[in-house]
Amino acid sequence: MFEAILLTVITASTPLVIAALGELVSERSGVLNLGVEGMMIMGAVAAFATAQLTGSPYLGILGGIIGGGLFSLLFGFLTLTLVANQVATGLALTILGLGLSGQIGEAFVGMPGVRLQPIVIPLLSDIPFFGRVLFSQDLIFYMSVALVFGISWFLFKSRTGLKMRAIGDNHGSAHALGINVVRTRYLAVLFGGACAGLAGAQLSLVYTPQWVENMSAGRGWIALALVVFASWRPLRVLAGGYLFGAVGIGQLHAQLLAQSGGIAIPSQLLSALPYVATIVVLIIISHNRRTTLINTPASLGKPFVPDR
Amino acid sequence: MRIELQKRAGTSTLFSIVSPLLALALTLVAGAIMFWLLGKSPMNALYIYFVEPLLDVWSLHELAVKAAPLILIAVGLSICFRSNNWNIGAEGQFTVGAITGSILPVLNPEWHSPVILPLMLVMGMMGGALYAGIPALLKTRFNTNEILTSLMLVYIAQLFLDWLVRGPWRDPQGYNFPQTKSFQPEAVLPEILDSGRAHLGIVFALVAAVALWFMMRFMLKGFQVSVLGQSERAGRFAGFSATKMVWFSMLLSGGLAGLAGISEVAGSIGHVQPVISPGYGFTAIIVAFLGRLNPLGIIASGFVLALTYLGGEAAQLSLSISDKVSRVFQGLILFFVLSCDTLIHYRIRFVSTPSAEAEAKN
Repeated sequence: MFEAILLTVITASTPLVIAALGELVSERSGVLNLGVEGMMIMGAVAAFATAQLTGSPYLGILGGIIGGGLFSLLFGFLTLTLVANQVATGLALTILGLGLSGQIGEAFVGMPGVRLQPIVIPLLSDIPFFGRVLFSQDLIFYMSVALVFGISWFLFKSRTGLKMRAIGDNHGSAHALGINVVRTRYLAVLFGGACAGLAGAQLSLVYTPQWVENMSAGRGWIALALVVFASWRPLRVLAGGYLFGAVGIGQLHAQLLAQSGGIAIPSQLLSALPYVATIVVLIIISHNRRTTLINTPASLGKPFVPDR
Repeated sequence: MRIELQKRAGTSTLFSIVSPLLALALTLVAGAIMFWLLGKSPMNALYIYFVEPLLDVWSLHELAVKAAPLILIAVGLSICFRSNNWNIGAEGQFTVGAITGSILPVLNPEWHSPVILPLMLVMGMMGGALYAGIPALLKTRFNTNEILTSLMLVYIAQLFLDWLVRGPWRDPQGYNFPQTKSFQPEAVLPEILDSGRAHLGIVFALVAAVALWFMMRFMLKGFQVSVLGQSERAGRFAGFSATKMVWFSMLLSGGLAGLAGISEVAGSIGHVQPVISPGYGFTAIIVAFLGRLNPLGIIASGFVLALTYLGGEAAQLSLSISDKVSRVFQGLILFFVLSCDTLIHYRIRFVSTPSAEAEAKN
């Protein structure tokens, strides 16, 4: 029983972790992309469509990454080249993504999906308990773990990561030092979009292998909250992602329990828990102004026009 | 080739007017391409989508019915956005306004008095304002990001409404439909003309837009909104309080969204049901930007976005295209508006070889 719950928690947490990691990189470079929800749903529909048409869930993953990535370039062009307001453009990306994915997905409604099968790692998967939980997972889970440590290393140990953080903290100084601010930010936004697309692919290939309109159900927004929660640190995204995932799964189990036990807890109350939890967590994290100020990339959301 | 931006000395008056029109034109072009991709004749589809709804009296009424909540919410949001407060949870405030405004008719269906309607409107407004007060409180007291909190509250409000109409508020004689009893006639917002469904909501919207335009143009409060929005620091030197502005803008926009909510329920629906809005709260964000955050501009843009809803319904019927097309149109409009707005502040130049240009300058 416990193992089964843990497995569902992992499945529910993985998309949150991946999308939040992508957004973290984008925000570390100083770009606030509120379009995570839109990029995620575009990734989900692209992944589902690719998997349906080719029959391969792995090409589906690729489709999701490309779908989310291409969609994020639209955001990049507006905010980085045309210096449009990042908050408004992010909202536009979400609105357009939800509409466009509904339009594209129309043809796929009700089709049985192609499920991504787990990859059982020999030997390691034989470890009692942990083996089955951690080493008999699908490719996207392994990718999420690799991303956490990869991004951690990239941001804090590599030269390019240092430059990216410098841009995020003060784009004027970084520009004066000869770092190409706009190009780096394009790459960061693209990476964020690809991650959101991958997270979307997880939704339509693993979590519920089918296409349902609006199937991201606010997860993109929760991922955004997760970045704040994690104070822009990858390892904390991992921890936070699992906390949020556990709340989501916990309320599902509570609903089942209440039903079987005949206890009248309104299902709506339990469904609202993840959103309430997000607000509570944001309050706890943000209430100390000073630490928030230190952790937030100083150029976050500010427009940058290179002076020549 | 590369795009380079050159800051204008001031804002371009020409482009402030041209940019929304250019954005609409680009949206039409993109829409034509989309229809062509869907295998429809682009011109015919655009005609059905954007022209036909304007030809009947009844559909003009529908246009006013749909424009009313959009304008009401968007003028409130424009004050928020101008003052740099990002309330994106208007959909939730709309929902709560509809709920609190409906308390009287749902609980006292036999109360036939002319005071019920004004009371409902006031309670709806207060409900929306209080609900927007939550992110305001969290922002001023706990420094919490209002974008995320106001959005999370949308989901919570919708679930609460769902619970209400399936549980305590459900009409026992409603053949198991999850909805309340129809409101008594005294609790229904009157229609303004005999020829169709347009109700007082559109009047509220126009009054609110003109009042807020007056405030922004001629009153100190409007000046505070602009100054604090452009530079909080400058505002503080002038003695304006950013905290008070958070409260003012959030309560105002929440109150107007709440009024829109109760007007929608008491005007066009006549009872409370699980879904009362086709995303008005989010579409209003687009309306606010297309109107360039100017209350008078928002009146025009509100009708444009209302047309996308109507056109979506028409296209569904006569072209058998799904109504999701209207969401795509709405997203496209916002994208083109934001891109075209760049022209107001910047001159755009296309540079052929970046390196040669850089060398020439050195």
